[in-house]
Amino acid sequence: MGVSVLQPGLATTVQDVGRPGYYNVGIPPSGSLDQYSSLAANLLVGNAEDAAVLECTYMGPELRFGSPATVAVTGADLPPLLGGEPRPAWESFAVGAGEVLSFDYLRSGARAYVAVSGGFDVPAVLGSRSTYALGSLGGLEGRALVAGDELPIGDAGGAAPGRSVPEALRSTHPRHREIRVMMGLYDHRLTDGGRRTFAEATWRLTTLADRTGMRYRGATLEFRERVAPFGAGSDPSNIVDAPYPIGSIQVPGGVEPIVLHRDAVSGGGYVMVATVISADMDDVAQSAPNNTTRFVEVDLRPGRRARRRRAARLEALREALA
Amino acid sequence: MSGAGGPGAERAPTVAIRSPLPGVFYRRPSPDFDPFVEVGSPVEPDTTGALFELMKQFFEVPAGTTGTIAAVAVADAEMVDAGQVLFTVRGS
Repeated sequence: MGVSVLQPGLATTVQDVGRPGYYNVGIPPSGSLDQYSSLAANLLVGNAEDAAVLECTYMGPELRFGSPATVAVTGADLPPLLGGEPRPAWESFAVGAGEVLSFDYLRSGARAYVAVSGGFDVPAVLGSRSTYALGSLGGLEGRALVAGDELPIGDAGGAAPGRSVPEALRSTHPRHREIRVMMGLYDHRLTDGGRRTFAEATWRLTTLADRTGMRYRGATLEFRERVAPFGAGSDPSNIVDAPYPIGSIQVPGGVEPIVLHRDAVSGGGYVMVATVISADMDDVAQSAPNNTTRFVEVDLRPGRRARRRRAARLEALREALA
Repeated sequence: MSGAGGPGAERAPTVAIRSPLPGVFYRRPSPDFDPFVEVGSPVEPDTTGALFELMKQFFEVPAGTTGTIAAVAVADAEMVDAGQVLFTVRGS
């Protein structure tokens, strides 16, 4: 028995830990953009860490359960409702056969994760159930959910309801964030003033913010004069095509920096002035349009320290929900 | 339904119409058109009050209630948060 999609929400997709290893042939890692919240949802319902969840962007779906299940909602503050009655987030709860899970409007953050005991059992493609919609790959038929879809539920694992993530381990979603970046690989193309502007500006997330990338607005970056090398476009923000790391920040035309996320294109011809450290990519995913961000330059050492701290937080989550 | 602006209308309670999503709020279907609603416009639950744009998609915001527009809280083409008040409607 599965879950029937009565309303799909805005951009709801099946995601998991991702599909690493194929970016060299243009297939991005995909997977939940906020991996921390996605893991928390799976642990709450007793699933394996690589079970598939639903990622709900800005708006929740309406789902009818064909059989009883344990369910958890984490990530953005998108209050869950069961049969119209509030249910807690960051806590697992029981859903009976025939009951309908829906959501109130978004209070903060951008992406909520819904885990169901057993996991969403769509076929794995290249080792992952994650949806890569631009490539029509994985998930349910390679696309976002639509009304009338039937989602199969697996029978592996599952825990009784009542698990709860301790308060200190729940993500919060402020309207303003500081996101740590390492400068490069093309920051030498900025003037000193351009570098200063990048670091000091308050960047506001636009409505062009999806799984491929998040586009911000707030200032114009000045580039150094140069003669375009062979193969590069004539705009000062053009480079000879290069691979795009996940988290890299490209700035077409010197306006509107774009942070690439887990459905990114693998390469192109725009300068990447900096790259978000891996530990802060979950936070990037939880910025909503109209929220603000400042990019804070860090070096390799604090970047690695942040990564260790994130790993310790994931470990604390596993221990709390074991 | 009593007539909009009829006796007692001034004292009728107002209802806040909130944005269900973050996005850019548009008061008109395209730049050359009149706004969907103005202060004083009568509305019914399915009357379109505004459009908004998110991830290159456009959505209509229905009034969701019956009455007249008492105030428009957001300027045309401004960014709004989910849950932000867009209009207030005076009930009838």
